[in-house]
Amino acid sequence: MGVIPTHAHDPGSGEAYGPIPRKEDARFVRGKGTYVDDISLPGMLYGAVLRSPLAHARIVSVDATAARAHPKVQAVFTGEDLARRGLAWMPTLSGDMQAVLATDKVRFQGQEIAFVVATDRYAARDALELISVDYEPLTPLIDARTALDPGAPVVRDDLPDQSGNRIFDWAAGDKAAADAAFAAADVVVGCDMIYPRSHPAPLETCGIVADMDTVTGKLTLWSTSQAPHAHRTMYAMITGVPEHMIRIVSPDLGGGFGAKVPLYPGYLCAIVGSMVTGRPVKWIEDRSENLMSTAFARDYHMHGEIAATADGKILALRARVLADHGAFNATAQPAKFPAGFFHIFTGSYDVQAAFCEVTGVFTNKAPGGVAYSCSFRVSEAVYLVERLTDMLARELAIDPAELRMRNLLRPEQFPYTCATGWQYDSGDYPRALQLALTMAGYDELRREQAERRARGEYMGIGLSFFTEGVGAGPRGQMDILGLAMADGADLRVHPTGKAVLGISVQTQGQGHETTFAQIVAHELGISPDDVEVVHGDTDRTPFGLGTYGSRSTPVSGAAAIVAARKVRERARLVAAAMFEVAPDDLEWLDGKWRVRGDPDEAFGIADIALAAHSSLELPAGVEGHLDASAVYNPPNLTFPFGAYICVTDVDPGTGEVKVRRFIAVDDCGVRINPMIVEGQVHRGLADGIGIALMQAIVFDELGNCLGGSFMDYLLPTSMECPSPELGETVTPSPHHPIGAKGIGESATVGSPAAVVNSVVDALAPFGVTHADMPLTPANVWRAIQGRPIRPDLALS
Amino acid sequence: MKLTVTVNGTDYTRTIEPRLLLIHFLRDDLGLTGSHWGCDTSNCGACVVWLDETPVKSFTMLAVQADGRRVTTVEGLARGAALDPVQEAFAACHGLQCGFCTPGMMMTARWLLDRYPDPTEAQVREAISGQICRCTGYENIVRSVLRAAKHDGGDSDARP
Repeated sequence: MGVIPTHAHDPGSGEAYGPIPRKEDARFVRGKGTYVDDISLPGMLYGAVLRSPLAHARIVSVDATAARAHPKVQAVFTGEDLARRGLAWMPTLSGDMQAVLATDKVRFQGQEIAFVVATDRYAARDALELISVDYEPLTPLIDARTALDPGAPVVRDDLPDQSGNRIFDWAAGDKAAADAAFAAADVVVGCDMIYPRSHPAPLETCGIVADMDTVTGKLTLWSTSQAPHAHRTMYAMITGVPEHMIRIVSPDLGGGFGAKVPLYPGYLCAIVGSMVTGRPVKWIEDRSENLMSTAFARDYHMHGEIAATADGKILALRARVLADHGAFNATAQPAKFPAGFFHIFTGSYDVQAAFCEVTGVFTNKAPGGVAYSCSFRVSEAVYLVERLTDMLARELAIDPAELRMRNLLRPEQFPYTCATGWQYDSGDYPRALQLALTMAGYDELRREQAERRARGEYMGIGLSFFTEGVGAGPRGQMDILGLAMADGADLRVHPTGKAVLGISVQTQGQGHETTFAQIVAHELGISPDDVEVVHGDTDRTPFGLGTYGSRSTPVSGAAAIVAARKVRERARLVAAAMFEVAPDDLEWLDGKWRVRGDPDEAFGIADIALAAHSSLELPAGVEGHLDASAVYNPPNLTFPFGAYICVTDVDPGTGEVKVRRFIAVDDCGVRINPMIVEGQVHRGLADGIGIALMQAIVFDELGNCLGGSFMDYLLPTSMECPSPELGETVTPSPHHPIGAKGIGESATVGSPAAVVNSVVDALAPFGVTHADMPLTPANVWRAIQGRPIRPDLALS
Repeated sequence: MKLTVTVNGTDYTRTIEPRLLLIHFLRDDLGLTGSHWGCDTSNCGACVVWLDETPVKSFTMLAVQADGRRVTTVEGLARGAALDPVQEAFAACHGLQCGFCTPGMMMTARWLLDRYPDPTEAQVREAISGQICRCTGYENIVRSVLRAAKHDGGDSDARP
């Protein structure tokens, strides 16, 4: 119990799954990875972006004369220069328009105003100092809660149909049914809570090397992109360069976590810089630029309510959300879902009625909203329902584990359609929760807590149970900018039986080169060592929407499986010709095609591949070679789930929180490489601890970003992260070809609620029923004093 | 100005701008791109190299401060084809995902193990506490360093 089983690595048996070491590590441990900033081309120039120091101001003038005169400067362009090329604005992933370089006004601190191209990095920075911008300051709109007030500053006066700051109103569920259930309930508990703005902060910032070949017209971009194919299409639409003349190479990425899904103005500027100079242009963000201008996450102001019977049966949920989207609506999510998948907020419970409404608003802050491993806003949904569940438990004096057990969906209810319409594919929730409770020694922890409380020590035990919907997404329901969320795989089998798999998704550390090799190896009965995985290069891989939302294994992984099975079926036809038997006389056993009833008569893929390239007379339906490709349209999302328990110790004098233990039971269906899966969970738990305890992008009343460096935006270190205790259950997805579900975001989604529930549990003797993230020592101390403040603003 | 420095056992003499940071000298002038840059503020440690025998954050040092000194980067960790036990352990324990912090983490780990061949988990966590990893939650980095400690001593001749 709680132990990850290991699988034998035996390619001959067609069983290639298991915790094998990663193929990509050989280069990384030698310092031989190739990240974007490692690319150096002959004659390469360097770009730098001039950014606004003000959050809201009209631009009176931009004078770049002195910068242009700098001896090392090759080009300078402003918003006006881009406007003459029709490139001052670009579409966002949500269909809004975002300024590439500001022409009319600046709308957030850090917004792009001008771009300098120089012969070295330092000179480009020097020249920024020589650009003079005359601003007419405007009142900034910083507090989203005032965005819809009459007289609030209007952020987007550029939009012809926009009068205020409202972006959208969106609702899901049945309001009448939810209201009726609330009216009839024995008990109703509600709370305002903030899921503060955070930033994924991958250790590698965003960057690009743009190389326009003025002879061939080919534009090659080495770029930090989680979605190179989608980016290629967008660049073609924006720049007018024909799509077949654009090649994007997304090389090794130093993390992404959603931050490298959108297009950023700096990328476009580097492209224009290369077009203007005829030379390659490199642009690499610095850390402040990264934290202040690229995709933030969350920023949800939520009011949630839960209704239940006196014995703890949850009847209904309601939520009202104000979503701060910043200055441009640039969230990266399926188009029909302006609030992402937030309406999965009924969570893991059998709730018959639910209704949520979300209003998105513009403010004078950086754009974004969906990033940071949130499964398209499931993180916010899980946090809401799991906090409310704990509050209900407190109200009813029922143990929070017991309350959850009473309300969890039962295995026999799957497939289950929740009150807002999601169809959960599979699950055994009580088993996962029971495993977590057993691993934690839950009853013993509660006894210890009581003893400590009697001694004046404040220990907390926090639970969360989460369900995500990942692997977007089903055609017809989900698209981004009109592009269906399908992914391709292209599998070539060489005459010697070695294979090259091209995939449309892109690793940022998840280990695709290993996992996808295992996927193919498993299907073809060869070794993962004999499968080379190519990704991140649009000239060498099939189209697909990229890696985010935990979609690589559910979508692209499925495409790889389908392609491999096509190869296998083609190999069957060739093998039948080799044996001079009918294809039906063959069976696939232990990684080879064998003659039924005579299993020693067998050919593996290597033998068959050679025959397929030989002068063997080929059977009907085989053109030669075994190569195959596939495009996978997922019929549904996959629904991973998990049960988490966090044990904290809180010092009531300082407000300091120490995470003592973290028990995490995850069910992501079939695990291809359990070592890599565990690693994904480790990362997400650290995220959850960081988000819950320290990470927040806060603004002052002028719109100054107070989280613009790692001195101010605190990330967890080895001292804050405990050794996690992991467990697993395996409930295969019924619709995925191998029963796998996504795992990349589970722990980031599920863990913050467990941490906060644990801290609030520790503070129960002080009468604390809720405290907003981040639970810094100061915020915890204020909660103890009964004087909480809003953690998202630093108001004087 | 003129700079003479020994990097991974090779002597280099270059004329550089006085303001050039050590990380940019290593990466852009010498092409040693294994050391990374991540934060500007000395918080993340992706840029950790050794100056003589001491780990330093090479983004917050001028290249000229290394004049006449020895610098060791991740590219100098292996002995020919033989990986350092730290490198082997990071791969064996899944001590890296995106690989961006890895060179700096390994340089600190090697330094620690040279001084404390049998560190406790707490010592390992303390040693890497000035560096940030966004992928591993540190757990497998700690396991990697402890594994490298086990494989460092005795009959191991991977490192002289």
